[in-house]
Amino acid sequence: MSKPRTLFEKVWDNHIVRPQTPDTPAVLYIDLHLVHEVTSPQAFTVLRERGLKVRRPDRTMATMDHSTPTTPRNALGIIPVTDPMASAQLDVMRKNCADFGIPLYDLGTSNQGIVHVIGPEQGLTQPGMTIVCGDSHTSTHGAFGALAFGIGTSEVSHVLATQCLLQSKPKTMAVRVNGTLHTGVTAKDIILAVIAKIGVGGGTGYVLEYMGDALRSLSMEGRMTICNMSIEGGARAGMVAPDDTTFEYVAGRPYAPKGADWDAAVAGWRQLPTDEGAAFDHEVVLNSHDLTPMITYGTNPGMGMPIAANVPDPDNLADFSEKMALDKALKYMDLQPGQKLIGKPVDVVFVGSCTNSRISDLREAARMIDGRKVSSNVRMMVVPGSQQVKAQAEAEGLHEIFKAAGAEWREAGCSMCIAMNGDQLQPGQYAVSTSNRNFEGRQGKGGRTFLASPLTAVATAVNGVITDPREMVN
Amino acid sequence: MEPIGKFSGSMVALPNNDIDTDQIIPARYLKVTDKNGLGQACFSDWRYNEDGSPKPDFPLNQPEYKNAQVLIGGHNFGCGSSREHAPWALMGAGFKAVISTYFADIFKGNSLKNGLLPVIVDEQTHQQLISLAQEDPTAQVTVDLESQQVILPDGRTVTFPIDSFSRYCLLNGVDQLGFLLGLDSDVQQYENTNVGRVATTA
Repeated sequence: MSKPRTLFEKVWDNHIVRPQTPDTPAVLYIDLHLVHEVTSPQAFTVLRERGLKVRRPDRTMATMDHSTPTTPRNALGIIPVTDPMASAQLDVMRKNCADFGIPLYDLGTSNQGIVHVIGPEQGLTQPGMTIVCGDSHTSTHGAFGALAFGIGTSEVSHVLATQCLLQSKPKTMAVRVNGTLHTGVTAKDIILAVIAKIGVGGGTGYVLEYMGDALRSLSMEGRMTICNMSIEGGARAGMVAPDDTTFEYVAGRPYAPKGADWDAAVAGWRQLPTDEGAAFDHEVVLNSHDLTPMITYGTNPGMGMPIAANVPDPDNLADFSEKMALDKALKYMDLQPGQKLIGKPVDVVFVGSCTNSRISDLREAARMIDGRKVSSNVRMMVVPGSQQVKAQAEAEGLHEIFKAAGAEWREAGCSMCIAMNGDQLQPGQYAVSTSNRNFEGRQGKGGRTFLASPLTAVATAVNGVITDPREMVN
Repeated sequence: MEPIGKFSGSMVALPNNDIDTDQIIPARYLKVTDKNGLGQACFSDWRYNEDGSPKPDFPLNQPEYKNAQVLIGGHNFGCGSSREHAPWALMGAGFKAVISTYFADIFKGNSLKNGLLPVIVDEQTHQQLISLAQEDPTAQVTVDLESQQVILPDGRTVTFPIDSFSRYCLLNGVDQLGFLLGLDSDVQQYENTNVGRVATTA
């Protein structure tokens, strides 16, 4: 009998073009390469300089999301791009895709959206695949049992030209989440708790596999939220073994296999889950029954705590560098050690990003805000992850619920998660955000971010102060 | 790429833990379509006031650290996004190496592909280098890739790890894309036996 293997090891082994040697890393084949406007221009320049073609345009898909405006369309139905640098960058993307034969979901077209929303939505993301993109949140696609990770622009050029990457084999970490979730506690709270436990660098060198009955009971969109933030714990990739929930989600999507191909694909995917007895290099365990809604208080996603807890005190930390880091974070956030965050006024609430902008996120948010109003002190933005999500939400009337509550309903894109497109905080402002990063200035220079779930975001928008969403759910 | 062997330079310390790529180069500078000019924006939010004037207390703005070529960063340097603009910006700002106890995976990979050396040292050496850089801005360290050693001003040598392939490429100025392109027949063979799942252009 062969040695029991983890999900990661099976996907890794299936994609080895040339094994690792003492002198060279493994050469890994890439099944799907997703491309966006910000991290690709310099890679296409490399191809042009060397007279190279894109090896497999048919395994490449491009979209526009990072620097695109989310402001309303004009009378002609066009989303106007007023920033000349963003406009030039989008033109470069169009030219690169046209010149190299890569399909592009252009700004405002029906399939455009955040790269990590559209891959799964189109059925491009499938179990057992290797998927890369010049974006660290590529880990999202691991929710399908794919090995998916972010790469730099040099590596984007490698994949464009050769469909391969040079990779050293990472270690594996099992993240077991057992037990049932309480009402008002979501996938976002699970991942914020995981990162608070392992720390912002705890997953460095590892691929995570999330397992346990709490994970099994989550929808695909919840699993994507969790895998999305693997990188916030330092892990390039996070994976969930595919199951019937996965297959139901993929079935019937535009790029999903059909007919006999589908049956063959599913039979193969059923072989992917980690074998009984397979060893991980490290393991962490969480009991989801102990979890409450989570919120971050500091300037990295590892600085998170249960929403009702007190902000930690740097003086209680033994390690000098950690003490210094927390001290700096609290100064930036203008928070006091020991203070409660519940009741703290905020200026902006952002519901969106590749972490929490899918239809189930918007449904949850809409259900909670229905019949309520956004506090007069708060600007609330709801930014769907894709044009498809936007259309679906509008078909269900969710946009009317958000607008009636006083929230802004916008076009699809990364928006205030990365604040490249004009959607940003002003210096000193506080935001509760459903996105993935609370780094200094991430949502606008001088802006201060509390990361939380869509439910916490809505409850906070309604009260105008940080609010435990369990007060508002039935 | 220019081969990298051995170089000596003075140091500047930013000992904060978990320095993320949004600090190294904020996202608003990512609308460029080339690699140039990012050095000016390196650590922009820590380095400049609202009106664009330099903050005098930020080490990179202090005249004695102006020519530093080695950055001593805190633990987990380069966490966050995959933007290769981070090593481009650091190199644009004159750095040839960053020394820390450990680096975020994507940042480390990106740096190695651009000739910015991510040098991993033990915690004690790390502390010593931070103190040295803060006390004596003229203190020089030597980084020798061939022997994988950092030579401290007191002559002590510390070995650092680096994967043998990256080391080979950097020492010989070999670019990794060239290596991959040379494997075309292996890739072809893989493709012949593994049918693709998606066809985006179909």
